[in-house]
Parts: sequence; structure tokens; C-alpha cells
Amino acid sequence: MKSAELTKFLAVVAIIVLVCGYFITPIALSVKQGLDLQGGTHVVLEAVDTPEAKVDEDAVKRVLKIMEKRINELGLTEPVIQRQGERRIIIELPGVKDPEKAIEIIGKTALMEFQDESGKTYLTGKDLKDARAQIDQSKQSLVALEFTEQGGKIFGELTSKNVGKHIAILLDKQVLTNPVVNEPIMGGKAVITGNKTQEEAERLAILLRSGSLPVKVQVLETRTVGPSLGDDSKEKSKFAFLVSIVVVAAFMLIYYRMSGFVADVSLLLYVVLTLFCMKMLNATLTLPGIAGIILSIGMAVDGNVLIFERFKEEIRAGKTLRGAMDAGFTKAFITIFDSNITTIFAGIILFFLGSGPVRGFAITLILGNVLSMFTAVTVTKFMLRLLMNTKMFKSARAYGA
Amino acid sequence: MRFSFIKLKYIFFTFSAIIILAGLVSITMQGFNLGIDFTGGALLDLKFEKPVTVAEVRAVLKDYGLENSTLQLAGTEKVDKAPNVMIRTHFLSEDESKALLAGLADKLGKYDVKRIENVGATISSELARESLIALLLSWLVIIAYVAYRFEYRFGVAGVLALVHDVMIVVGLFSIFQIEMDATFVAALLTIVGYSINDTIVIFDRIRENMRFMKKGETLPDMVDNSIWQTMTRSIYTSLTVMFCVVSMYFLGGETTKTFALALIIGFISGTYSTVFLASPIWLVWKEHDEKKRIEHRMRPA
Repeated sequence: MKSAELTKFLAVVAIIVLVCGYFITPIALSVKQGLDLQGGTHVVLEAVDTPEAKVDEDAVKRVLKIMEKRINELGLTEPVIQRQGERRIIIELPGVKDPEKAIEIIGKTALMEFQDESGKTYLTGKDLKDARAQIDQSKQSLVALEFTEQGGKIFGELTSKNVGKHIAILLDKQVLTNPVVNEPIMGGKAVITGNKTQEEAERLAILLRSGSLPVKVQVLETRTVGPSLGDDSKEKSKFAFLVSIVVVAAFMLIYYRMSGFVADVSLLLYVVLTLFCMKMLNATLTLPGIAGIILSIGMAVDGNVLIFERFKEEIRAGKTLRGAMDAGFTKAFITIFDSNITTIFAGIILFFLGSGPVRGFAITLILGNVLSMFTAVTVTKFMLRLLMNTKMFKSARAYGA
Repeated sequence: MRFSFIKLKYIFFTFSAIIILAGLVSITMQGFNLGIDFTGGALLDLKFEKPVTVAEVRAVLKDYGLENSTLQLAGTEKVDKAPNVMIRTHFLSEDESKALLAGLADKLGKYDVKRIENVGATISSELARESLIALLLSWLVIIAYVAYRFEYRFGVAGVLALVHDVMIVVGLFSIFQIEMDATFVAALLTIVGYSINDTIVIFDRIRENMRFMKKGETLPDMVDNSIWQTMTRSIYTSLTVMFCVVSMYFLGGETTKTFALALIIGFISGTYSTVFLASPIWLVWKEHDEKKRIEHRMRPA
């Protein structure tokens, strides 16, 4: 027995176990979580043609900008607004308190118009500089409007011409308020009264501030996961993960003894590496993604099973310990490579054709296959060589044969 | 214990054919239980502070013309009062869903939203189409890769084995009317990935053994040997993987249950098709081609 070699082996094992053990929780927690885990709302919008406005590239870009403004006003942490394809926009609102109201704000065209009694439009939302929700002396909620310079002039003319008559303020062709003009208003300011609640006034102000959409948008899909279900899913998957890894590790240890032990250390490294890569790639961990990781634990040890079974065959064929192990790695590698590549192909297709949570699964599947090839082959081989150098276990039985 | 897979191949072929046939019959007779991801519609999973009855919820739904919705109280159907309610109905417009949610809170008290999904027809019809494309594409890519690394007969035999697995899973989901959602597609592609992974390990062994065939060893013997040589690995790997999906099924979250179930069925079928179908299919084809070649050569010019 060589004690220097033994120290080297133990040091490598200790470093991997300690580093992984220390970092696994912080890394796992720092990976971005999908809406299915942290709760939130996912909305898919599509810009649609109407007789008044056809959808073009410019229109979609403007819709994106306006959506960003509207959503930033909601004050959420890390909302995602993403274009998908030609006409679609995906919006993710993590931790949103009132999804229905958020969806309402998102889906509105918010075209504001000022009309005289004949129904002619003089001003639109484009003429606004600002809009704020306020409460007046009589505790009434209202939205205070400020026009642009040009808008203020037109508003002045409009009110001068219509003293004693009604001017209607419409939002998306629906009358919000229809007041009688008492006197010309020249200061470029106006108010919209008649809001039922302060919240409603605030929503209207947000819509007016961020401007009206150049084309109609349609809500194609909304998905909301409440925070309680998200937490529940997280806790349960965590438990399923722990049980899986413990049982698989025990299995390897029982059937392959020292080789199994080394494979287990690699497995631990594999899990931490997968999480680390997800963080580096800024990938999102979804519930199917966790399922992917759990699944990949079973698949990750497959590489080692292939190698160790090969090793047993080589021992039976009369090779030395070292020779059998080397042959095991060399011969099994081609198999591992060919079989993993095809799984990776399936993962890549899933990534490009799937959406949301399914994509999260595809990422863990691909990463799992790539990384497990590295840990099951390279890392395990390195550690097993060190262990064999110690000459501590001389019989092939200790290595699972 | 050691038997010949090749000699018994027609028993295995028949066994698979019967299950697939049963699945096909079920698919044509009763179709699938498709979730809203495929059909479009809305699903509301709510937890009320006070337990409610189906009749109470239906009465509220009636106010909004939604009395034809499917209702389910949490857990078993025997409970007549429970806080958890699952409502399935058609796609709700923003106004409809807003009104309904407000109405439920008004009449039945406060609730906690567990999940609300509202899927329009555009998205759902796309999912079905894209899933099919994804599956077919994965088969083509696998055939191409295996043909490139091995030979085309391996590629086609491997893909036949995984088409078998997909048919079994889809068929059983139809027979037992288990609901399919978007993650079902992900499960199918994972099964494809796993099944071919498994199959290639044996093909790889056949390829290797073919190079070192002993004198007097026939092709069927060699294939049998290859299957037996990789048997321990096939068993161990399916055990570890199976353990992971079973623990996901029993311990994991509610929303991944069907996903895990599809994987369990698919992996069992995948292991079966790898060991009992893929190599015999390849062998039948290979021998058929060899025979033709010899006949061709024997024919007088």
C-alpha cells in the first residue's frame, strides 16, 4: 500500500464531496425558476390584422415597446417580454398578485379619443404627454391628463367651440366620460372623472401613459400558477430528487463496491455541474426540468454501468486489474458516445419545437447527457486510476467484478 | 435460464402486435382524452377557504352560461364537500374570466388560485401539429445518424423499435383514457431518446461481435450472444432509471404525474423492445438480404 497515493485519492474525493456539498444548495437556489415553480402568469399575445390597421414589422416592434412600458408600471421583479415568430409576444409575470388585472392591462389597445357631439375625433392618445391618477377634494378618483403643446392648442380650440355642449372621452370606442364644457380650457390640461375606484384610475393612467397599440392584439393563451402550488411542486420534486439520488447511489455502491463509490462521487459532481451550467447559460429551471434532472441521474450512471460491466468481462478474459479497467473505459466509450448522441438529438428537437416548461426539460436532458459523458468517463477514470495506484484493493472483487 | 431470443422472436412480435392492435382499436373507437393544451379551453384549479359542493359551484357557473363545464372536487369523487375544485370549460375571454372569478369569490367566499390555464384554439391546434413534426423529425434524424455510424438496417430496426414504444404508450393512454397534456409530447420524445439509447448499446455489441465472429458461429447465435452479453447492463440501467421515474410519479408534484406515468410505460416498453424486438428485427432483415444476395449469385448468368 502506498500512503502517498492514498492521500492523493482521498484528497480528490474530499475536495469533490466538500465543494459539491457546500455549493449544491446555493447554486440550486440561484438558478432562475420557471413560473410553474415560483408562481406567476404566462401570457401569449398575437397581433392581428383589422380593417383599420394591418400588422407589419414596425407595428409589432411598437407593440413590444408599449408592452414593456405597461409591464414596468406593474412593478414586478424580472418580468419577461419576448417576441416569438412574426406576430407573437410572450409575457411572463413572476409573482404577479392579481393576474386578471395584469392581463387586462396587457390586452387593451387603449386608443383614447376626444370627440365632439357630431362624433368627430379631434385628439387621440398621441397628443398626451402624461396621465396620472389622482384623488380630488371630494375623494373622487380621477385621471389628470397633460397634453403636448400641439395637443393643448387643439384642446383649447375644441373646448372654445363647444362651450355648453358635450365632449366625449372614449377608450377603445367606449365612452369613459361625457362631460359638458363649461368654459374654454387653455392650459393644456384635462381630467377624466367617473372612475369607480382608485385602482381603476391607476390602470387607466398606466394605459394612457404607455400609449395605444398600433394594431389589435389578441390573447391566445394565459397560464397562471398560484404561489402555493409552485411551492408544493418544488418541495415534492426536491424530495423525489433526494430519494432517487440516494437509492441510485446505494445501488451503485452495493453492485460495484469501490468502483461504485467512485461513480457516486462523480454523480454528485455531475448534479452540481448540471446546475452550474444552467446558471451560466441563464436557463430556466421548470418542473419538467427537475423531472429531467431526476431522470438523468438514472441515465448518468448508465455510462458507469457500461464501463464496469465491460471491466468485468475483461477480468473474466484474464486481464490484469489495470488492463481490464483501461480496456473497459476504451471499449465502452464508443457505446456511450453513440447512445448519448442520439438522445441529445431528441433533446435538441424538443428544444426547438417545444415551448416554456418543455424547453426547460429539453435543456436539462441535453446538458445531462453531455455532462454525464464527462463525469462518468473522465472523472471516474481519473479517480479510479488514483485508487488503483494505492494498491489498497488488489482483488477485482473490490471493483465489482 | 439462458434461452434464444432469436428462436422465440415470433412470440415477442405477436405479443407486441396484440398490445399495439388493442391500442389502435381503442384509438379508433374512443379516441384520446385530450387536455386543454390540445383542445383549447380553460382550466381553473381553485382552493376555497370553506369547503364547497359541486351544486354550489355549478349554480355560480350557471350565472355565466357555463353550467356545462366539467367539475371535479379534490381527491376522490365520493366527497361531496371539499375546498379544492377543478373547473374545465371552454376558452374564456378576458371579460368572461374576470367576471367568473369575481362571481365565485362573491358567492362562495375567498379562494386561493392554484392554477388557471386558458388556451385558445390557435395555440392548441399548433401543439398537435408541432408534436407530430417533432416526433417524425426525431425518427428521421435517428435513422440518419445510426445509418451513418452503423448501417441503415440498424437505423430502421432501431426506429421500428421506438415507433413500437410510442404506439404502446399512446395506445395505453387511449385504452385507460388518461389525460394528455403538453408534457406528454415531451415524455414521448424522451422515450424516443431513451429507447434508442438502449437499443444502440446492443447494436454496438453486435457490430463489434460481427468483426470477431468465431468459426461455426451463425448470425443468430452471434445476435443472441450480443443480447446476453449486454443483459446485466440492460437490467441495471432500466432498474436505476425506472426507480427515478417511479419516485417522480409517487413523490413528485401533481402536475408531473401524467408525465412520469408516460415515462414509466415508455421505459418498460423501451427496455422490452430493445431486448426482444430491435435485434431480431435487424436479423430477420439482414438474413433476408443475405439470402437474396446468395440467390442472385447462384443464378446462372
